[in-house]
Order: sequence, then C-alpha cells, then structure tokens
Amino acid sequence: MATQEITAPVAVPQVAARSVERERTGWTSWVTTTDHKRIGIMYLVLTFVFFLLGGTEALLIRLQLAQANNTLLDPETYNQLITMHGTTMIFLFVVPVMAGFGNYFLPLMIGARDMAFPKLNALSFWLLAAGGLVFYGSIFFSPPECGWTCYTPLSEAQYLPSGGVDAWIYLIHLTGLSSLVGAVNFYVTIANMRAPGMGWGRLPLFVWALLIYAILLILALPVIAGAVTLLLTDRHFGTHFYDPSNGGSPLLYQHLFWFFGHPEVYIMVLPGFGIISEVLPVFARKPIFGYKAIAASTVVIAFLSLLVWAHHMFATPSPTFVFVFFMMSSFLIAVPTGVKMFNWVATLWRGTIEFTTALLFCAGFLGTFLIGGITGIFLAVFPIDWQLTDTYFVVAHFHYVLMGGAVFAVFAGIYYWFPKITGRLLSEGLGKLSFWLMLIGFQVTFLIQHSIGLDGMPRRVYEYADVGHLELYNLISTIGSFILGIGIIVTVINVLRSTKHGVIAGPDPWKANTLEWFTSSPPPVNNFDVIPRVRSVEPMKDIRRQVERQMGETASRPAPAPESSIQA
Amino acid sequence: MPRVLAAPRQKLRRRRVLALAAAAAVPLLLAFAGTAFGSAIAPETGGSPNADKIHTLYWAVMIVAIIVFLGVEGALFYSLFKFRARRGAVAAQIRGNTRLEIGWTVGAAVILVVLAVVTFIELPGIRNPPNSGPNGLQLADRVLVAAGPTKALPPNGKSLNICVNGQQYVWRYTYASNCNNAPLNSVFSYEQMVVPTDTTVTLDINSQDVAHSWWIPRLGGKFDAIPGYTNHTWFKVPGKLAGTTFTGQCAELCGRNHANMIAEVTAMTPDNFEAWLDRQRAAIRQADQAAARQRQRVQQGQAPGG
Repeated sequence: MATQEITAPVAVPQVAARSVERERTGWTSWVTTTDHKRIGIMYLVLTFVFFLLGGTEALLIRLQLAQANNTLLDPETYNQLITMHGTTMIFLFVVPVMAGFGNYFLPLMIGARDMAFPKLNALSFWLLAAGGLVFYGSIFFSPPECGWTCYTPLSEAQYLPSGGVDAWIYLIHLTGLSSLVGAVNFYVTIANMRAPGMGWGRLPLFVWALLIYAILLILALPVIAGAVTLLLTDRHFGTHFYDPSNGGSPLLYQHLFWFFGHPEVYIMVLPGFGIISEVLPVFARKPIFGYKAIAASTVVIAFLSLLVWAHHMFATPSPTFVFVFFMMSSFLIAVPTGVKMFNWVATLWRGTIEFTTALLFCAGFLGTFLIGGITGIFLAVFPIDWQLTDTYFVVAHFHYVLMGGAVFAVFAGIYYWFPKITGRLLSEGLGKLSFWLMLIGFQVTFLIQHSIGLDGMPRRVYEYADVGHLELYNLISTIGSFILGIGIIVTVINVLRSTKHGVIAGPDPWKANTLEWFTSSPPPVNNFDVIPRVRSVEPMKDIRRQVERQMGETASRPAPAPESSIQA
Repeated sequence: MPRVLAAPRQKLRRRRVLALAAAAAVPLLLAFAGTAFGSAIAPETGGSPNADKIHTLYWAVMIVAIIVFLGVEGALFYSLFKFRARRGAVAAQIRGNTRLEIGWTVGAAVILVVLAVVTFIELPGIRNPPNSGPNGLQLADRVLVAAGPTKALPPNGKSLNICVNGQQYVWRYTYASNCNNAPLNSVFSYEQMVVPTDTTVTLDINSQDVAHSWWIPRLGGKFDAIPGYTNHTWFKVPGKLAGTTFTGQCAELCGRNHANMIAEVTAMTPDNFEAWLDRQRAAIRQADQAAARQRQRVQQGQAPGG
C-alpha cells in the first residue's frame, strides 16, 4: 500500500545524527565550514553586502545625472562608478546570490544531506570572496573605467594602462572559477542525490532552474575566461589578439564576450524564474500550471540563449544576414519566455491567493518582467535597435529584465525562505512597505529611462546638455532611484530585526509543497533524519494528507504527535 | 425575482461598457501622449527616409506590444483581484491544459512571425540608399562615390561619399570617394559635417583608436566605428530642411570625454554646399601654404612664426 512507505519511519527507532557530534560555534566554525547551509548563508550575506555597495554606486550615478551639466563627479570617477556598478551587480550579486539560494536549498529540496562535494562548495564560496576582494581592492589605486563589458581597444594597455582593468580581469577569473566549481557541484548533486522516488518529472522547478543554470555556466564561463585571458596577454605580454593594426580584431572580443554575456543573462534570470515557480503555487494554493511546459521552456531558453549573442552587436560592421539570423533567434527565445509568463498567470487563475510579501514580490516580478520582455522585442528588430542600442532605452530594458526578473524574484525568495533559514518570520508589515517602495521606486526610476533614450541620450555619459525634457526626465529617474533605495533598506532592517525578534516560524509556516519544509527551521546539520519517499511534485502536500489520515485513524487512542512522527 | 436577476446583469453590462470605454480610451490617450511628448515614446525622425521608416517599423511593433501588454497585464491584475483568498473559496486544483498551452505557444510564435514579416517589408527602405532627388547635388565631379562590393549604393550608383573617422574625442569627416586612399588635398572638417539636401549621402565609418559609434538620431540609426573595420550607412535630407543642423553624439563608451564627443550635420542647398566646398578648399590650401612657408623657415634655421 502506498501509505506504508511513508509511515515506515515511525516503526523504526531513529538515531539523530546531530546528537552524535556537537555543532561547533564561533567564527572559526564559519570559516572552516563545509555545511551547505552555512555556506549558503555566507553566500547570501556576502552577495547582499555587494548588492548594497553596487546600489550605493548606482545612487551616486543618479545623483550626478540629476542635473544637466552637473559637476558633482568628474568623468574619470563616473566611468569608474558605472564599471563598478555593473560588474558588482552581475558578477558579485545576481549570479552568486542565486548560488547562495542554490547552496542552501538545493540539497533540502531534493532530500539530500549535503552537496555532492562539500569541500569544493566551500572553495567556490572563498573564490567568490577573493574575486570581490581583488576587484574592490582596486578602489585604493585606480578602478577600471571601461564599463562592465570592457570592450577592446579601450581596455587595452595603450588606452587604460592602470591596473584597474587587470583587477577586473582577475575578478572575472576568480568569480568564474567559483561559479564553475559551484555549477559542477550543483549538477552532480542534482543528478545523484535526489530523494527516493524523485524522478526528473518530480524535481522542484527551482531545482530544474538550478540544473540549467549550472549547465549554462559550464558552457559559457570558459569562453569569457578565454576572452579576458587574451586581453591580459594583450595588455602585458605583447600579443595582438584584439589589436587591428597587427592583424587582431576588436570584434572578436565582442563576439567572445557576448557568447558568454547573453547566456549570462539567462544564468541570472532562470533561477529567478525557478523561485517564482516555487512561490506562486504555494500562495495561490494551486498546483503550478503546466509543470512540464515550465521545465521544458527552461531547457529551450537555455539552448536558444547560446544562439542570440550578436543581437548585442547590431550596430557593428557585420553582414545583414548575420543581423537577420540573430533577430530571428531572439524572436524565437521570446516564445518559451512567453509560455512561462502565461503559465504563471494561469497558476494564479482560480486560485485562492494569499497576499503575503513573497507573493507580492512575485506579482511585482510578473508585471515588471513583462515590460522588460516586450522592450526586448523592440531591441531584437535590428533596424529599431540601430536607434535604441547604447541609449538609456537599453539601460531601462535590462533593468526591467534584471531588476524585475532577478532582483524581485530574489526578494520573493528572501521573504519565502527566511523562516527556513533562521526559524523566524520576517515582519509582513515592513515587508509590504518595502515591496511598495521598491515597486514604485523602480517604475519611477526606469520607465522614464525609455523616454530618455528615445530623446537621444546615450548611456555611459557623465553629463548631458539640457535639451528637450532631458533634465526633467533625469531628475524624475533620480528621485525614483532613492525611493527604490529606501525600499531595499527597509528589507535590510526587516532582516536584521527579524533574525533576533521575528515570530517563531515552525517547520512549515506557509504550508508549502517542497521537501525543505519537511525538516525543522533552521534545519539540523544533517538536514533530515528520515528522507521520505517522493510520490509527486508536491511531496509536502502528500505528507500533510498522510498525517491528516493518520490523525483520523489514531484519534481514538493516545499516539505520538503527528509532527514528531514525521520529524522522527 | 426579476429584480434579483437584473441586478447582476446590469452590473455585468456596466462592466462591459467600462471595459469598452477603457479599450477606446487607450489609443486616444496614446495619440495625446504622442503629440504631447513628441519624441518621448518613439525614436526621433524627420531628417532622412531611413529614420522615418525605422519610426514606422517602431510603431508597428509598438501596436503589437501594447496589445500584448494590455492582454497579459490585464489577465494578471484580473487574477490577482478576482482570485484573492476569501472565506470558503477553494482553489481549483488544475495542473495544466495541453490544448490551451499549445494554443498560446503557437499564438506567441504567430505574433513574432508577423513582426518578422513587417520588418522584412520595411528593411530594404532602411538598409538600401535611394537615388538622389532632382534638386540634389549633381554628382559629376570627384566627390562621386566609388562602387564597392561591400556596401550598398543607390540604384544609379551615385551618392556623395563622406569618410567618417572617430578619434578620442572628435569626429573627422573627409569628402572622398575612396576612404582608404583619399587624396591629400581632400576637403575635410571636424565635428560639423556639411551636406547638400535632396542628395543621397553614403558614409564610410571607421575609427583610428578605440571603438566609437556614429549616431545622429534624426538621420537614422547608430553605426559603430571600430578600428580595422569600415561600417556603412546613408541618409538623404529632404530639400525643405536646408539650413537645419542635426545633432548627435558618440554612442559607444570611448573614454573619459565620451560625453562630449559631439557630431553635427548641417544640411544646405546644393549651391550653398558647393560654395562651402570651395571655401574649405581655399582655407585648406591657405593653411597648407602657410605650413609650407613655416617648414621652409624652420629648415633655414629661422624662428618659426607668422
């Protein structure tokens, strides 16, 4: 009988492994840890520190642009700030924060006791920390000024001889290695350590997203590592890979960069999609609509993401045929992305939606990311892109995608999983305040930037003349950015407060669907004393139903509490 | 009994009227916004047929985008408001609907096919330069463009060719048909390009240091200036815009003074343009002669000057 397998643990006396060895405390225990949960927490904390640094840089940029012909920052500092902001947000926040959630929740969601290679896992965290340190070390001499793309020839030693570009190259190498090692670990863990019964069709969608995230990282990172290594040898060892006067090609760098750079976009948003696919069904109290379509579209998006890179290069001297190909492939990638969107809305349809902060962030994600997706179609049509590329329209577009698509999802993840990590709930009041400030701040900042771009303002300019409405539009954008900043600070305060004073959450405060809610909050070192057999995509629903049935059966006689029978 | 039934029906009718009114209001609002904010919701236009066609294409995509936007955001907001948790409400345990899912996949694909078709219809008018107009410069002298296999020329093969060279942080324009081998006495200018109206102007764009990007919004899109490569575009300013100066600036980060790498294109009638060419030629000749005199003095060991 089906129920026998779940109840089996009740009959067998359990030995809790956590009582064998005492949990170590103190800072050395953190530095030397190989526990995926502690590594996950360190990832989340470190990446949030970088998020706040990158955000501060963004606010400085917005302050400079609040007025036409502003002299607050000199052009050198401004170019350093845009480089630091972009690089920080991409390489030190969005990509690794997903690895942070992955580290903490991947083993829990698939019913594993740790990652496949715990020591490698620690290595990948410390490589990230080293990358961040090397990069931010450059503020003490001269940070890079070439933008996060560091296009050649500008990034060649002839034009930027200072060590900032080298610090940037080191950052790419170190964080790249970190992600590569982490990706192998994720892949092996997912492939080998799933709970009994968890076939590919029962894998949580966040885990599907992490699997594809890992594969994309493995495919894309070696290319950027190679590209920046060639740049390094160009800069210091007399090679001419990107030097046109000696047979090299600046376009080669752009191709290599974007061959990595576009999959990177999906590396950043796919895990975000995964978080949305986990949180929506829980608070709509409805199964995800079209599980298979969502998982399959993740795979299709990943495949197509390797074929769209040159849509970043529509203004370069390239044949029309190349533009047509990359326009069509970019159109094609909109189909699986649209499918996900429809599936998420259909998940809400006829549900009973509970407006928790986590759900609000999901809703904010859906509404915002849609705009980023639609403006992406404008940019995919290459004649239109000729007008829009390298303007504030593009800046608006990718903030809608990355802020709307990744950061809102990360915040949904924070509000959803914080109780599991700390055992305490975040304040919903502060959470909702933070959400509304962030949503309004975001829209005020970035919606108007489409118009700034259409009005003819290129990106990466430290000053602009007051023609048309540019000054007004920029001022609106700057005001929005500070509202957004306050919204983020509210969540930071919420996290700091709730870690100590939050309401005790219990193992499963949301009545959620996946296995991480099966164990206590926070989970013990070994995660699970008993790993239940998985029979569907929503194992916790099955278990709750099972417990209810057992309670019905045992109502007449005194029995161990159902909670403890499950927890063993 | 009828009253009980009528109430919800009336409500329904009212709702339908509201929905219709909202649907009608959107294009009106857009039209208003379009006139009120001008370039704020579409790329700048009006200086050249390619910029105009890009603008048309932009609006074609915009209309589809607005429909998709309203449809999806509408469904999202409707779901959020309609299906919020209420006492006694039970969530429908639906796991999917294959037909529906195939439907919207195909639907999304069809929309994109339509956009691709519209793009291909507009593309030749944007990519390929037309012939100069009857009132344009009569291209018979040495500023004629040389035919090249790598770039599109007007059907009659005649256009005014200008070599655009990006350098930190200024644009240099050389009036020559062959940019790789321009005669030393070619007319040139910095920052301000002067062109005749009603004449097809083809540009050969390159750079001598880092990557730049040529962009005059009203004259069409951006084209990167990359060292080692030549990029091509064209524009044709209508006759009625003689005397207009179109401004733009470098659009690819090229260093600290990127923000001030300005470009200007001034359109003149062909007669005025030829007069300008002559003035430039004379000025350049004078400067050359002055330089030659100075060289002579330096060679003779005299102090340079005057």
